[in-house]
Amino acid sequence: MQTPNELKYAASHEWLAPDGTVGISDFAQDQLGDVVYVELPEVGRVVTAGETVAVVESVKTASDIYAPASGTIVAVNDQLSGTPELVNSGPYSDGWLFKLDVTEESGDLMDAEEYVAANG
Amino acid sequence: MVPFGGWDMPVQYAGVKAEHDAVRTRAGMFDVSHMGEFRVTGPDAEAFLQRVTTNDVMKLRPGRAQYNWLPNDAGGLVDDIYVYRIGEQEFLLVVNASNIGKDWAHLQAHAAGLGVQLSDESDQWGLLAVQGPEAAALLQPHLDVDLAAKKKNAYFPARLFGQDVWLARTGYTGEDGFEVFVAAERTEALWDNLLALGLTPAGLGARDTLRLEAGFPLYGHEFADDLHPLASTYTWVVKDKEHVGRAGIQAAPPVKLIGLALERVPVREGYPVLLGGERVGRVTSGSSSPTLGHPIAMALVNADAATADAYEVEVRGKAHPARRVELPFYKR
Repeated sequence: MQTPNELKYAASHEWLAPDGTVGISDFAQDQLGDVVYVELPEVGRVVTAGETVAVVESVKTASDIYAPASGTIVAVNDQLSGTPELVNSGPYSDGWLFKLDVTEESGDLMDAEEYVAANG
Repeated sequence: MVPFGGWDMPVQYAGVKAEHDAVRTRAGMFDVSHMGEFRVTGPDAEAFLQRVTTNDVMKLRPGRAQYNWLPNDAGGLVDDIYVYRIGEQEFLLVVNASNIGKDWAHLQAHAAGLGVQLSDESDQWGLLAVQGPEAAALLQPHLDVDLAAKKKNAYFPARLFGQDVWLARTGYTGEDGFEVFVAAERTEALWDNLLALGLTPAGLGARDTLRLEAGFPLYGHEFADDLHPLASTYTWVVKDKEHVGRAGIQAAPPVKLIGLALERVPVREGYPVLLGGERVGRVTSGSSSPTLGHPIAMALVNADAATADAYEVEVRGKAHPARRVELPFYKR
């Protein structure tokens, strides 16, 4: 299971990159199983940390994705509409979900070590 | 692992899609030991079962299995079950795990005063389902019985890997296959033997997508104490005979079960079904279909709104188009 050091992680398994990119962790995609559908927010939407902004659906279940920071949605990963399985194959690369212009991070984000400890 | 009827069961081993595909194209196996088993014996056993079920138990010969319903007297189902006939005066019932206590009380109440003995053997039996087009060929070399002579719904004792088991040519996946009844304490050893044959272990997730594609109702979703069972397409399970539920299900069902196909958005249990903007029903089971490559669902809709070609399903506040398709979605 990969947990890159340069990212911050939410208890609800989203990761936040220094440039504002958001996705779900390797642990989360493994738990969810085969992703079949991703619902993404509209570009330009202003979101508050902790707000539901996207939905990732596997064969079995639908999981809400929460904003790990407050800010504005500046980009979404359009590739996921045709190839949602990228969330499984590249949770930290091609499977990213959306990008935020961050105004304020959630105070509860963990570093990689803390996130791994929390999901051991 | 998820709690399911008091058991901890794996949703998936390697992944729902891979397990699902293995069962459709080769063979997989499920540990369904959580299912309940009741033995029914005695001179009145047949008459008793004929009265508490809707299908014709008198037509069931020893060595055969029959899908059947336990109706209540209020127009719903206590459970949907399988009846296996062992002899003239001996039957085994397989019931849903979550209904074991309720079924037991219901059957006990109706057995009072009859020459029939009931015993709950749920803890004594392990049950492994070996399912898929290659199931028979994989099992045959390790069995003392010729499977070619055993048709669908056959039920027979056999020795499998040298162990005494009962086999039924039944299943819940829409594929050919067998359900293997084995003494509880020997279940793990049998599982390991089957695993070594190359069978793909499959969990609850694949079990649900396979049965949904095959159009099989699941108690608690398409059937319930307060749901008219003739809303389903399984109307043949009710025969013209006296039984405890006859009066209750005489009236036509107010709702009908339909199949829906969607383009992209998976729909889940409870999502509203709309026709012309009006809510006419709800999804009872829904998932992405690994075989068909798009989402499918079963839904209960008002009987007078059950024949349209196009519906919508509301997903997180937004209506998505859904096409009505005949059940089952998949047939071998």
